[in-house]
Amino acid sequence: MTNTSNDALYHYVLGLADDALILGQRTSEWCSRGPFLEEDISLSNLALDYIGRARMFYQYAAQVEGIGRTEDDLAYFRDERAFSNLLINELPNYDFAFSIVRQYFIDVHACLYLEQLKYSSDAHLAQVATKAIKESRYHLKRSETWLLQLGQGTTESHERMQNAVDELWGYTSELFLMSDAETQLLSSGICVDRSELQEPWMAQVSADLSASSLAVPDQQWNVVGGRKGDHSEHLGHILAELQILQRSYPGLQW
Amino acid sequence: MKNNKDLYEVFLRSIRGIDHRHVGSLHADTPEQALIYARDVYTRRSEGVSIWVVKSNQISASQEEDCESFYDPMDDKPYRHASFYVLPEKVNNM
Repeated sequence: MTNTSNDALYHYVLGLADDALILGQRTSEWCSRGPFLEEDISLSNLALDYIGRARMFYQYAAQVEGIGRTEDDLAYFRDERAFSNLLINELPNYDFAFSIVRQYFIDVHACLYLEQLKYSSDAHLAQVATKAIKESRYHLKRSETWLLQLGQGTTESHERMQNAVDELWGYTSELFLMSDAETQLLSSGICVDRSELQEPWMAQVSADLSASSLAVPDQQWNVVGGRKGDHSEHLGHILAELQILQRSYPGLQW
Repeated sequence: MKNNKDLYEVFLRSIRGIDHRHVGSLHADTPEQALIYARDVYTRRSEGVSIWVVKSNQISASQEEDCESFYDPMDDKPYRHASFYVLPEKVNNM
């Protein structure tokens, strides 16, 4: 493999790792704050699934980079601008509705995305996708159930869900944006063509939103930039919490 | 919190061929949600291959005061026990 394509592969895998880590960390904030015990456990499981996924991607990214950095180095010792997660993952939880709608949007995307990544020409990525899609199918079942229940629930739950849909909508376009690394890798069959997922995603999301008595937003604004390291003000705070222990005591073990 | 959720009893089949066993209970709004929570609360360490959830108030249970009429009459009917032949090893879970 040439250095250029190796570099592209590194950045590609790193992006997937950052997505998983930041969403996992964000979701873990629900631990002990869930609306009731069962949901609290369920949310913590979800967070751990994403941390596990992040580890698989970071380990591979570290291996591809090949300069001796480890998964921990990548997770704990990079600054905000070096993180390339999509913005939707770093937004605060705000309320339960927001977390659920975010998760739902991401779950629909993840199922479509991983289904294709299973056939990546990169055996390692194909293997990770095969494992991760089983989790994502379950996550989707969960978030779909909540979407339906809260969308059709009380006046307040419906309003909160619709607010979340409207607020998150502008962050969903980034899910379908090809990064430079992805564009480079596409012809070799390593990565997935994100732009092709937009149509099936929209079809499923529109159907589910209607079934949940929620309106598909017609707003046109969207925010992008996460993959290039242009983040919202929220990422710095999440990294501070995530990294402080390793930054204060480098190499600290359990 | 105001708890107006239903209570569900959870039954797990740990491996194929074994009966579902009662493992506990949980709160949920719908049977679908109860299954999801049962998965997260009771099978996260690979404890099961199949889950049943049943609304607790759908279970009819015998009462303590029924013991005398329900069980005592069986005490002197040993002929109802299949105790006169040995089960083959292969049906060890009967």
